[in-house]
Amino acid sequence: MRCQKCEKPATFHITELAGGKPQELHLCEEHAKEYLRQPDAAEEASPSLAGMLAQQLAVGQTAAELARLDQQACPVCGITFFEFRNQGRLGCPHDYVGFKKELGPLILNIHGESEHRGKRPPGGGGGTDELTKLIRLRREMREAITEENYERASELRDEIRQMEKTTRRAP
Amino acid sequence: MVTSSGEWLRGSGPESDIVISSRIRLARNLAHFPFISRADASDRAEIEKQLRDAIGAAVENPLDYVDVNKLAPIDRQFLAERQLISREHAESEGARSVVIDPSEQISLMINEEDHLRIQVMHSGLDLLTAWEQINALDDRLQQYVTFAFHDKLGFLTACPTNVGTGLRVSVMLHLPALVLTEQIERVFRSLQKINLAVRGLYGEGSQFMGDFYQISNQLTLGRSELDLVKQVGDVVPQIIDYERKAREALVRQSNESLHDRVSRAYGILRTAQTISSEETMHLLSSVRMGVNLGLIHDLEIPTINKLFIHTQPAHLQKLRGTELDTADRNKERARYLREHLDGQGRPEQN
Ligand SMILES: [Zn+2]
Ligand SMILES: [Zn+2]
Repeated sequence: MRCQKCEKPATFHITELAGGKPQELHLCEEHAKEYLRQPDAAEEASPSLAGMLAQQLAVGQTAAELARLDQQACPVCGITFFEFRNQGRLGCPHDYVGFKKELGPLILNIHGESEHRGKRPPGGGGGTDELTKLIRLRREMREAITEENYERASELRDEIRQMEKTTRRAP
Repeated sequence: MVTSSGEWLRGSGPESDIVISSRIRLARNLAHFPFISRADASDRAEIEKQLRDAIGAAVENPLDYVDVNKLAPIDRQFLAERQLISREHAESEGARSVVIDPSEQISLMINEEDHLRIQVMHSGLDLLTAWEQINALDDRLQQYVTFAFHDKLGFLTACPTNVGTGLRVSVMLHLPALVLTEQIERVFRSLQKINLAVRGLYGEGSQFMGDFYQISNQLTLGRSELDLVKQVGDVVPQIIDYERKAREALVRQSNESLHDRVSRAYGILRTAQTISSEETMHLLSSVRMGVNLGLIHDLEIPTINKLFIHTQPAHLQKLRGTELDTADRNKERARYLREHLDGQGRPEQN
């Protein structure tokens, strides 16, 4: 068998399972080294994640729909769907709610399941809305400062301080 | 820490002739902050502070707090060689740190891909103890911080591949006989079918770690943590069994050539004047198997495990106390190997 990237015989056979579907790679020593040199490639599934997402979206969406979707931004952290699609990393906990329609099928595809069956935080956890409010406020405060809207910034700062008092558990 | 080698390398624990280490990690994020990709410098600093405070309160024993951002590249590489931080954590930028317990069993990476990655590592096959330890630590931390959690999706992570339990269970195995007998691929294929990932391990840069393979769970959602731990834990004994059978077959069918291979490897390691990291890994792998098969008598597994780590580039330079280029590292590595393999205690020739 020949290396997938050049003419040399494939001496390394690597099975990559990132993304649910096993992918076999047949590489010569040189290309195998190059491939494995990518830091923690097995745990960091971002390239195949982006690939899966692209596949997922290719099924249902037209180009126009995809362009519209790409521009959608999270109201909490400001990440656009395009940015997520590119880097394979979400911007905040709220994205799991905000991009639910697109993420749901992807998560099901990755894990073959859609419901958590593991441990839960003390008190049971619950919705993310209240929890992510602080993230949005901090971002708005920064934006207000950039826009030199200092009155708004100081209002937001007071609100943030108030919230931090109630959310942070003092060690 | 430079001359020590960490609990997980002591070469003891169940099945330690084949299983090097058992590692479990949990990915967690603070609920009130954006994930790392959208966190600015002030967010990162605050995340770091809150997590350090929480860890300090949750753990009774003394801990080392290491500011990874302020470390020299060689020191970061050292921590990565030691498996206390990931290569990504070593190479990324911005405020980030690692908290390590003195036995090197527990390490907590702050501001890696997720705000917090808790890791527990034991030598040999010891997943249940590792799980109990990490679970208790996670529980204690949650008395002081609120992690991002969704009622249906579980713990929320920066990458959807970790969502749910945020749990990654990894076992590092030494499988030289399965490689020699070309059965390793068959093992891979059977593991794929049950959604386990297999990877060859590699050292710094492009160097392979001879015949070491890491098996880990790929799915994190829809099963309990204990189920995931058991899934990996149940399959490892089968692989150990394959490897033992392959070793027996090698001894039966080609004892002479096997003995020759092992002895040559040992001979080169004891006499070389210059040697690459890659060749060292490769030869140490043969020697390690030789010791386990009783073909080499004057060497112990913990020594070999230590040599695997100490001959890596950053360790070698730290031990020598100076930075070395590749050519000088190869000489220093050979010197180090001669000193530690050629009848301990004998004065050094050269
Ligand atoms: Zn090639
Ligand atoms: Zn967001």
